[in-house]
Amino acid sequence: MYEILKKTVWSAQEPRITEFVLNAPEIARAHKAGQFVIIIPRESGERIPLTIADKDAKAGTINILFQEVGASTMLLGSFKEGDKLMHVAGPLGKPTHVEKFGTVVCVGGGVGIAPVHPIAKAMKDAGNKVISILGARTKDLLIYEDLMRKASTEVRITTDDGSYVKKGFVTDELKQMIEVEKITVDLVVVIGPPIMMKFVCKVTEPHKIKTFASLNTIMVDGTGMCGACRVTVGGKTKFVCVDGPEFDGHEVDYDEMMARQRQYLPEEKQATDICRKKLCHSA
Amino acid sequence: MTEEKKEGQAGQGGGKPKVPRQGMPEQDPHVRARNFDEVTLGYTEEQALLEASRCLQCKKPFCTTGCPVGIDIKSFIGLIQSKDYLAALAKIKESSLLPAVCGRVCPQEMQCEKVCILSKKGDSVAIGRLERFVADFQAKHGGGQIPKAAAPTGKKIAIVGAGPSGLTAAFDLTVMGHKVTVFEALHKAGGVLVYGIPEFRLPKAIVEREVKVLEQMGVEIKLNYVIGKIKTIDQLMEEDGFDAVYICNGAGLPWFMGIPGENLNGVYSANEFLTRSNLMKAFQFPEFDTPIKRFKNVAVVGGGNVAMDAVRTALRLGADNAYIVYRRSQDELPARHEEVEHAMHEGVKFKLLTAPVKVLGNEQGWVKGLECIEMELGEPDDSGRRRPVAKPGSEFTLEVDAVVVSIGTSSNPLLFQTTPGLGQTKKGYIEVENEQTCRTTKKGVFAGGDIVTGSATVILAMGAGRSAAKNIDQYLKTGEWWSK
Ligand SMILES: Cc1cc2nc3c(=O)[nH]c(=O)nc-3n(C[C@H](O)[C@H](O)[C@H](O)COP(=O)(O)OP(=O)(O)OC[C@H]3O[C@@H](n4cnc5c(N)ncnc54)[C@H](O)[C@@H]3O)c2cc1C
Ligand SMILES: Cc1cc2nc3c(=O)[nH]c(=O)nc-3n(C[C@H](O)[C@H](O)[C@H](O)COP(=O)(O)OP(=O)(O)OC[C@H]3O[C@@H](n4cnc5c(N)ncnc54)[C@H](O)[C@@H]3O)c2cc1C
Ligand code: SF4
Ligand code: SF4
Ligand code: FES
Repeated sequence: MYEILKKTVWSAQEPRITEFVLNAPEIARAHKAGQFVIIIPRESGERIPLTIADKDAKAGTINILFQEVGASTMLLGSFKEGDKLMHVAGPLGKPTHVEKFGTVVCVGGGVGIAPVHPIAKAMKDAGNKVISILGARTKDLLIYEDLMRKASTEVRITTDDGSYVKKGFVTDELKQMIEVEKITVDLVVVIGPPIMMKFVCKVTEPHKIKTFASLNTIMVDGTGMCGACRVTVGGKTKFVCVDGPEFDGHEVDYDEMMARQRQYLPEEKQATDICRKKLCHSA
Repeated sequence: MTEEKKEGQAGQGGGKPKVPRQGMPEQDPHVRARNFDEVTLGYTEEQALLEASRCLQCKKPFCTTGCPVGIDIKSFIGLIQSKDYLAALAKIKESSLLPAVCGRVCPQEMQCEKVCILSKKGDSVAIGRLERFVADFQAKHGGGQIPKAAAPTGKKIAIVGAGPSGLTAAFDLTVMGHKVTVFEALHKAGGVLVYGIPEFRLPKAIVEREVKVLEQMGVEIKLNYVIGKIKTIDQLMEEDGFDAVYICNGAGLPWFMGIPGENLNGVYSANEFLTRSNLMKAFQFPEFDTPIKRFKNVAVVGGGNVAMDAVRTALRLGADNAYIVYRRSQDELPARHEEVEHAMHEGVKFKLLTAPVKVLGNEQGWVKGLECIEMELGEPDDSGRRRPVAKPGSEFTLEVDAVVVSIGTSSNPLLFQTTPGLGQTKKGYIEVENEQTCRTTKKGVFAGGDIVTGSATVILAMGAGRSAAKNIDQYLKTGEWWSK
């Protein structure tokens, strides 16, 4: 059992964004940037993949941050400080390839800012100049700004509605940097909704800027045993949980990935409706 | 209870033993095809006694030579004849840890029952069913004791994977007095027994019961531990002080066919389909949180036990039409006979000598059909079976909304990537000196089960666990290793 040592609600607006600090010493020790855990909140629960957003190896803790988009994440959000999660498995997935590239741009969209955080940190520690672009729909949904400032050389922010810093999308800012400011970018790392990753890759591709995209497919086991997480990368089928989650963004078939993510929509809706009606927020 | 009748009649012929082979009571096929309860119900005591009475107690019992772990079949059946069921169970347990499992899932017709002397004259003794009977008898009526461990040796052993092979090795090593820790990637112990083989064939309570016994004996089982990720094999030995490691992590990586349309929505590996249903209990969605689709027309590609489990699961989830698409003929179906027969009775449709060519999709990216081609059998191939060859122009489309791919599995590359010095065979499995010693190319590290042989059987995996335990014990005493 894994105790929730601290719970922070980043945004109470739905879908709520919540962060847990979990007691998981061995996972904290083994974790490297880019890796994730699979959480089963309760015995009848689903296996939920979530990125390790931060850790404290000495204290033996990891941080996970999630948006309550469906029944399982709503259930998870109903857990309180001091509660215990039934199962946490990890760290899973391949760590990000970190070295001195030069200038690295870390793009985080929405709740994707949290998973980009450890990568920005590791890139900076490796001697890179790290420019982070954070995008949120609106000011209240912007998370991890302070942590990202610490982890980056420079931070730029966009909001869809212009309620904070600059109105626009992360892709606008990235284009501006590359095409107007003529900043030499050696690597882009992007995490966010698939549609955003697709368009970020469309910006970098003509400039031949290497781009890592961290994919969030549907998963079951997370250990390479089921193939639920498969995507087409460069014409080949890959398993995101063991071959990824990071891939060369220019090679990913995002349309297929997005279609595959919608597989369980009716079931997810059914579960979410039940969850709203009764137990989830008191589980 | 169709089978019971049929077998009863088969045994009546002239020159055959007086008591016919006792059929197995089972749920009515029409009813069971829609529920997840166990299909076969087990012998009553009376039936077990009748069946046991058929055993001739041969001077030279061939049966034992057909059992991969050499169970003393003659003796345990003799003990059933004298109604000492607990002693019969103890006799089996001298060689096999999980009789309740093997009695249910062993391909007996290829093993012990194939060489039983009675098989020459007619029907062999139903050894597997008797094995199951004594195990279930004890589970129901109690009795028997938790085996005692020898005095602690002070040695620590790590086992990677809590499948049948790992559980068997853990048992033996603990009895020898070693301290055993089993590391399991998933959140339940049992390996394929919990994630693959469905409830209707092997109730999960049986596996849980056996795992509990191990824990009571002092085996520590650490769940959610993916070795190679949270810790490497080297870390287990160098930092955590394990004196030896047994790797038995199965052959879990699913193969896909490599035909167009395989990533459409509605195409699954059998592993995903079965894991959702069994391990995650998705057949009880939304009571359990993991969803599974309830498709109307499902094609399962393949002909092994895994394919039979998948197709029968599809039926139970409500499919109107559930097909097996297999490129050879019925004689070559690798599944246990009983499973094929059960599937047929339940209404599974067999498209034999048929190979898939392409998965067809609709505009939303969902499966709408499986294009197939008819095959005929040509010359024998390496496996000695006649090679299927496509009949040109025989393409046709099977209208289905889901395709489950069940054409086999291979090894997960994770441990090779993270364990320097661990040799790999050409086929991608762990290289060992031989299957008896289980010694890998890395000192102190042993391997067995599906990760060495490729997908095989529960009893072979258990046999490997037993050999590994013996050899680990010897290594801990002598420190001797082999060199290539
Ligand atoms: C490697 C990896 C790392 C991840 N890290 C994080 C993280 O740090 N924080 C976080 O909030 N989420 C993360 N996710 C996504 C997270 O796992 C899903 O949001 C969660 O499983 C949804 O479960 P649910 O039952 O609450 O929602 P569901 O009811 O299953 O889905 C609700 C909605 O979300 C969509 N959805 C479902 N699964 C996913 C998915 N995997 N990705 C995107 N959309 C999905 C559905 O299409 C649906 O519209 C990660 C996913 C992966 C594979
Ligand atoms: C659906 C299905 C039906 C079958 N039906 C039959 C049948 O009727 N009769 C029969 O005899 N055989 C059957 N088999 C085959 C049989 O189940 C296997 O041969 C047997 O389970 C192999 O045992 P094992 O211990 O080697 O591996 P497994 O049972 O595969 O167990 C390996 C375990 O290791 C874990 N693991 C993997 N990687 C790691 C890691 N890195 N760290 C920690 N743990 C890890 C896995 O999660 C798993 O729990 C069937 C198989 C399947 C899939
Ligand atoms: S373990 Fe399997 S092969 Fe051996 S006696 Fe039992 S049923 Fe037969
Ligand atoms: S060979 Fe058959 S009849 Fe003879 S002892 Fe074995 S089970 Fe009994
Ligand atoms: S989630 Fe099962 S293989 Fe990746």
